[in-house]
Amino acid sequence: MNQSRRKVLQRAGTAGALAAAGVLRPQDLLAAGWNKDAFSAKTLADALKNIGAAGAGDSKDIVIEAPQIAENGAVVPVEVTSNLPDTKSIVVLVEKNPFPLVAKFDFLEGATPFVKVNVKMGESSNVRVLAEAGGKYYSAVKEVKVTIGGCGG
Amino acid sequence: MADPMKIRAVLKGDTVDVRVLMNHPMETGQRKDGGGNLIPLHFIQEITVRLNGKAVIESQISQAVSRNPVFSFRVKGAKAGDKLQISWLDNKGDRNSTEAVIG
Repeated sequence: MNQSRRKVLQRAGTAGALAAAGVLRPQDLLAAGWNKDAFSAKTLADALKNIGAAGAGDSKDIVIEAPQIAENGAVVPVEVTSNLPDTKSIVVLVEKNPFPLVAKFDFLEGATPFVKVNVKMGESSNVRVLAEAGGKYYSAVKEVKVTIGGCGG
Repeated sequence: MADPMKIRAVLKGDTVDVRVLMNHPMETGQRKDGGGNLIPLHFIQEITVRLNGKAVIESQISQAVSRNPVFSFRVKGAKAGDKLQISWLDNKGDRNSTEAVIG
């Protein structure tokens, strides 16, 4: 075995060990399903466009439970139930947050279109919820007033 | 390795009420440490809920979910003894998975 070949093998071995230890991470391969464009959107319109939900019509069949006044913007409980038949997903957005999209939940066979999640709110804002049913998005909104914001600090 | 999640799964008829608590800082990338330096983004991105190995809920979330996230879900068609598994993946590639048996 010549010297350069040995070095190459050593390097390969080191890279392999690093990868196995989780030091080298192919970041692009991570979270392939995570909708980076939608989560990076800085406006509600952009977020909706990237989800494919632009122009969603209002629906009274989406029920949002959230406090009218939240004293602590760091933890605002939001509970959503969709009564739309065949709801496939629920999307939660805080309109005035720096990045409005907070979460998307896809309900596969067996799951009830219901979710409760605690969200951060930087300031008083509409909480907008979308539900996807029958290939279309529907929308509902609830205003939450925040006494102390929960994003920076 | 992150701490295991706390899962509470209560059966009501054929629907299981699931509540899960995850330990995670959910850093927004906007907070500053004591020295005035920004604390980098660190948050859970994906969550999967499985019933007996089959995915029932798949979720993508942002840094705007509160620290130490708590979620409630409901899954139909469950019975006592079924296995409920919840796993997450964060933006640094850390993963966690916890399984609970429905009582």
